[in-house]
This record gives sequence, structure tokens and C-alpha cells, in this order.
Amino acid sequence: MAAMLEVENIHSYYGHIHALKNLSLNINEGEIVTLIGGNGAGKSTTLRTISGLMKPRKGSIRLQDEELTRLLPHKIVEKGVVQVPEGRRVFGRLTVVENLEMGAFACRDGKLNRDNLDRVFTLFPRLLERRKQVAGTLSGGEQQMLAMGRALMANPKVLLLDEPSMGLAPVLVDDIFETIEKLHQGGTTILLVEQNARMALQVADRGYVIQTGVVVLSDSAQNLRKNEMVRKAYMGEN
Amino acid sequence: MTQMESLWRHGIKTGFIGAVTVVLLALIGMVEAFSQRDIIAGVISMGHALLLVIAIFMGYIAAKRTALSGIGSTLINSVVSGVIIAGSLVLLILLGSWVNLRSIFMNASPALYSLLTFGIEFKNGWTFLLLAGALCGLVAGLLYQSFPTFRRILITSLSSVIIAGVLQDMLRPTLSAWGPISVISDWLFSSNGLSLSGAITLCLVIAVILFIWFQKRDILRTRFSRLPSSGQRTLRMAGYVLLVGIFLVLPQVLGLFLSEVLTIVGLYVLLGLGLNIVVGYAGLLDLGYVAFFAIGAYVTAILTSPELGFFSLTFWQALPFAVILGLLSGVILGVPVLKMRGDYLAIATLGFGEIIRILVLSDFLRPWLGGAQGIGRIPKASIGGYEFATPQQIYYLILAGCAFVIFISLRLKDSRLGRAWKAMREDEDVAQAMGINLVATKLLAFATGAGFSALSGAIFASKLSSVYPHSFNVMISINILCLIIVGGMGSIPGVIVGAVALVGLPELLREFAEYRLLVYGAALVAMMLLRPEGLWPEVLHLRELQDAQSSSADSETPAPSGARI
Ligand SMILES: Nc1ncnc2c1ncn2[C@@H]1O[C@H](COP(=O)(O)OP(=O)(O)O)[C@@H](O)[C@H]1O
Ligand SMILES: [Mg+2]
Repeated sequence: MAAMLEVENIHSYYGHIHALKNLSLNINEGEIVTLIGGNGAGKSTTLRTISGLMKPRKGSIRLQDEELTRLLPHKIVEKGVVQVPEGRRVFGRLTVVENLEMGAFACRDGKLNRDNLDRVFTLFPRLLERRKQVAGTLSGGEQQMLAMGRALMANPKVLLLDEPSMGLAPVLVDDIFETIEKLHQGGTTILLVEQNARMALQVADRGYVIQTGVVVLSDSAQNLRKNEMVRKAYMGEN
Repeated sequence: MTQMESLWRHGIKTGFIGAVTVVLLALIGMVEAFSQRDIIAGVISMGHALLLVIAIFMGYIAAKRTALSGIGSTLINSVVSGVIIAGSLVLLILLGSWVNLRSIFMNASPALYSLLTFGIEFKNGWTFLLLAGALCGLVAGLLYQSFPTFRRILITSLSSVIIAGVLQDMLRPTLSAWGPISVISDWLFSSNGLSLSGAITLCLVIAVILFIWFQKRDILRTRFSRLPSSGQRTLRMAGYVLLVGIFLVLPQVLGLFLSEVLTIVGLYVLLGLGLNIVVGYAGLLDLGYVAFFAIGAYVTAILTSPELGFFSLTFWQALPFAVILGLLSGVILGVPVLKMRGDYLAIATLGFGEIIRILVLSDFLRPWLGGAQGIGRIPKASIGGYEFATPQQIYYLILAGCAFVIFISLRLKDSRLGRAWKAMREDEDVAQAMGINLVATKLLAFATGAGFSALSGAIFASKLSSVYPHSFNVMISINILCLIIVGGMGSIPGVIVGAVALVGLPELLREFAEYRLLVYGAALVAMMLLRPEGLWPEVLHLRELQDAQSSSADSETPAPSGARI
């Protein structure tokens, strides 16, 4: 299998805080890989580093063997690595359609944009119903769908999802994971950051566990589900 | 007891807000200053009108707040609010007769007290005052309960009487200058204020016109929408042509003084449109905006004035340099503040504005920048033989500038860059995650705004024929920011409305000029409370609205109308 995204020995800092220590991971084409870790483990930092919002001091990030490490964030989006930020963050004063149009900013192909819009509306019929509604008035679940739809408008090769289930009611969490599953079946490559390890390991092919910026464990999702440490620390079992 | 309290709560609350307002206005001398002039000769002065308007307005708010609890309670609340406002004035007069307030408040004189009781002696005056307050409240409450159409007609026609009275000094000479029309002026105005018959006529005429308009409005609209699209287009074009025509003849109609006011308003519109790009479109709070105005003015001065003797270009030759240097300095300001947001950005840009002012003031740079004396003998702009010298001529220069800048603003708004600004304004991080180049987007916003500002600076320099450092203080930036906020962030008509309201009115009213900052503050607070989106807000969802109109309309965007009451 071809490696889609490779992250090799990166070190990221917030000032003096060494947030990621020699972190490596890779994602193959069409895979869902999940990144599990507690609060403050460095999950968001990893995504921010991949999408160029932070520059690693050392290490390298490659998309299909092409170096991303020194590129500016908007170039990385154009290459096809698109992040859905933590906490949804839709453009609250714009309508659903306008949010989606903003997602297509990096992609100047009008026909492709229309196809993508259709694809998003098929994936999220709720958004079609509410396309003229102001995004700030959507429910939490709908906002998460919108945030994901907006990222899909950028035509991603790799989708980076930062805690999509955070703060949602259990029913909606199921919905979101169902959608992730659908995207997976459609062939999208996904890096899924989650605190909800149980759900994440159900949809993922492989997983990495990080603690304080260090990868402590990596294995297939199946094996991680059985792993005692993972069960205790991240799935709330004894 | 508690039940009664809660029943009256809103009346008491708004009453106290109104009370604080009127007492303050009385103590700082505004009521007295405004009483010099009559709205209707011998009937009501501006000062009294101010008090009445506040009492009625607060009563209206009280009624609005209790709208859900039935007519009776609404009326009680608005009357309570009116009585409290009047009561506060009674207390002020009582207090003033026991202790000498004048040692603290210069204006707390017997003359003021007699004004407050409408000239009636206090013995009877205080009951009169309370009754008047209650009446104002009652009127406000009834107004709130009346039919919306009736209410709008009444409020608009009464406001036009007040406006005509307030602007009498401007209207009278303008009307008199027009031969046969001067009859109207003679009928409307007496020596001080509107004549009673004039006021009543004006009120009735406006009311009748509005009444007919409200009756026929829907018919006209449906008729317009039934026209074939070519017909609609022709009508629309005719409307634009008419508008342009009005703008073109305006200075001839208005005369010298009003044209001068227009040029000042026009300059602020120009400046406001530039800052509107930075603050309104891109969401970057820039308080150093005056710096680019100064740069535009000084570049023009240096390149054209024979006083310094370096260059002697014409205005038109110097203009591109002024604008380009403005753009560049926008970028130069932008680079160091790229990472800053919100209040940090405001402080940093504030500093930039001061740096430029201090540079042009410095003795060290005096041979090049003129120091405190500034630079004089800047030539006027001219095309062919036509010189833009008098306010009436400079008006056209500024009008052309405004048209140019409005055109660019409109084009930018719907462009790719405009969308990037919008995304950045809503959420910088997400905008970046959408593939927007934050650095370029920000710098382009600063540069565009700065270019517009420099353009206005160049025109300003040629208008005044000289530039001085003290013309470019931080208050200019603050004024421009205020007018954008009051007009409506991101809205082009909003900038114009804001400039007319915050720059034009104080120029017209010498009484206002003294309280300019107070009026700004009050306008800002009132706007934040009543219409936080501004007088003429930006239409955020234009396309969606048009879609919605063709299918089923279910929009919640406020209509871009003038101030709704
Ligand atoms: N803006 C910031 N400035 C300084 N430290 C930060 C910042 N953001 C995150 N950190 C620190 O970096 C570490 C990793 O944070 P983060 O990646 O957000 O964790 P997670 O997403 O796994 O909860 C934490 O210790 C956090 O305190
Ligand atoms: Mg996180």
C-alpha cells in the first residue's frame, strides 16, 4: 500500500514547551488512522503541525512523497491536506451555503465545486434542508456536519478531523461516526483525533496512542481495542 | 408590593436611565445652549424639544419592554418612566434651591431652573413638570399601541418639523435664494424658528405625502415587478441618472456654506470607505488610520508646493505618488502587526498614527516636512482651465473620488479577495484552514485602506492649500471609526449615513459642535443598545435573499432601511 501521508520525527514547540517529541506516524491511502490521547497529549498540536499552522523545529511531513514541511498553510490546503478544527468553528454569521462556498476557496474549478457541493448535500441531507439558514443558529450536530462538509469542499486527499464527537449527544455521535464510515467507504483518507477511543477504534483501521507528545503505542485498531492499557486509560474499563 | 415592583419594573428602569440623561444634559449646559433657538417660534425651543424627545423616547422604550403584558401595564410603565424623568428635574431644581450647585456645575443657574419648568414659577411649575412628564409617557405608550402606519406617519412628520427647525439657518437662505420658492421660506420660517402656521403646514404636508405613499406603495411595487425586465432596467437606470443629477447640482442649490459642509462630509466618506475595507470587510481594528491620510497629504504637499522648492508637480502628477506611497506604507504598517489581533492590533496601530504625526512635527525633519508650521502654497487641482478652488468646485473633485472608491469597494466586496476578507473577519484560524493566505489577505486590506486614505489626504491638502501636523491627530481616526460603527460595519451606504450623521450634523449645528464628543459617545451607546448592526447595515446574505424571494421568503436579515422606530 502506498503511503499517503508520512510524518517523520517531528518536534513542535510552544515557546519553551516541547509539545511534540520525535513524533512519527503514517497513513496509507484510503485508511482511517486514529490518534488517541488524553487532554493535552498533543493531538491538536499534531494536526496543527501537519496543516502548517505551526512549524516543526525538526522532522519532516510528506504527502505522497512531496515535502510539506516548509509550505505555508494555504499551500498545504491546496495540496489536499484539509483540517476540520476542534470545536466545530463554523462561520456563525454566514449561511450554510456560504460556509460551504468558503470551503471551496482553495479550489478554483467551478465544475468540481458544484460536484463537491452535490456530494456534501447527499452526504448530509440536513445541510441541504438548511442551506439558507445562518450557521450560528444550527444545532451542535449540524454545525459539526457543516464543518466536515466545508472541509470536503476543499477536495481533500487527507482529511484531518479534530475531535468531531466533542460535546455532542450520544445519538449525534453515532451519526457523525456513521458519516466518517461513509467517507471511508467512498475512499477518503482520514486522520481522526479522538478522546472517544471506543468509537474511534471501531471505525479506524489503525491507531496511535500519544501521551505528552510521545507516541507510546501503535497497532491495528483491532489489537488496540484488546490492549489492556488502552482499555483502562481511554475506554474507562477496569 | 413585590408584585407591583415587578409590574412597574421596566418603567422605573427606563425612567431612571432617562432621568440620568436629562439631569446630565441640563448640568453640562446642553439644554440651556439649545434653548437659544426655537423650533417653532414662541412655542417650543430646541432645549425643550430635546427634553420632550428624551421623555417620549424613554416612554416608548418602557412600553416596548412591557409589550407582552397588556395595554394597561404598557401605559402604566411608560407613564411611570415619564414621571420619573420629570421628577428628576424637579429634584434637581429643589436641590439647586437649597445648596449652591454652581460651585461644581457652572451651568446650574436660576436661568436653567426656570427653563426646566418651562418658565412657570416653581410653586406651580413642579406640578406642571410632573404632568408634562406623565403626558409624554402617556403619548409614548399610546404611540406604541397605535397602528404601525399611523405611528410612522406621525413620528416622521413630527421629526421633519424638528429637523426643519434645527436646520433653519441652513434652509432659510437656501430656499430664499430660489426666487419663487422663497415664498415657501417666508411661510415656513419666522425670525427665530418655524412659524406656528408653517410648522403645522409642514407637518400636514409630510403626513399626507407619507399617507399616500403607504397607500400606493404596494400597488407601485407590484406594478414595477410586473414590468418586463427591460422596463425595470430602464426605470432603475432612470433612478440612477436622477440620483447622479441630484449629486451634480447639489452645490449650486445649496450655496457656499452648505457646500463647504458637503466637502467635509465627502472627505470623511472617502476616509470612511477606506477604513471600512480594513475594519468592516477584513475585521482589522486599525486606529492609526490617520497616518495614511497624513502621508497622502504630505506627499502631495512636498511634490507640489513651491514653498519647499524640491518639486513643483501639478496635483494630478503628484496624486499617483501619494496613493502609491499610501499603499506601501499600509504594507509597512501591516507587516509588524500581522500576528496581532483585536485590542493588541488597535494599540499597535494607534502608535503608528502617532509616530507619523510626531515625525512631521519634528524640528529635525523641518527642512523636508515643514515642522510645526506645516507646508503652504499647495496649488489647487485643475483640469483644462477649470480649477477646483472654491468649496463648490472642490465638491466635484471629492464626488469623483467617492464615486471611484465606491466602485472599487463594490467590486472588491464580491471578489475572491472580498471573500477571503470576510472569512478572515469571521475566524482567522479557520480561514487559514480553508486555504486562505492570511499574510497576503491582511496586507492587501491594510494597503487598500491606506491607499484610499492617502487619496483623501491628497485632496485634503489641495483643498486647504496647506498641511499642518495638528490636522492629523488621533481624533480623526476615532471619528472615522465611530462613523463606520454608527453607519453599519462593512456597509457602503452605512459609511455615507454615518458621515452625514456624525460629521455633517455637528458642522451644521453650532450648538452640537461644543458637545461633539458627547454626542458621539451617546450615539455609540444608543446604537449598541438599539441597532447594534448600524443605521444601514451590511447586507450579508444578498444572494440567498434573492433566492428566497423567488421561492418562499423566510429571511431574518434586517431590511436595509433607514432608522426604524
Ligand atoms: N497556544 C498554546 N500555547 C502554549 N501551550 C499550548 C498551546 N496550545 C496547546 N499547548 C500545550 O501543548 C500541549 C498539547 O496541547 P494539545 O495539542 O492542544 O492537546 P490535545 O489536543 O491532545 O488536548 C498541552 O500541554 C497544552 O497545554
Ligand atoms: Mg485538542
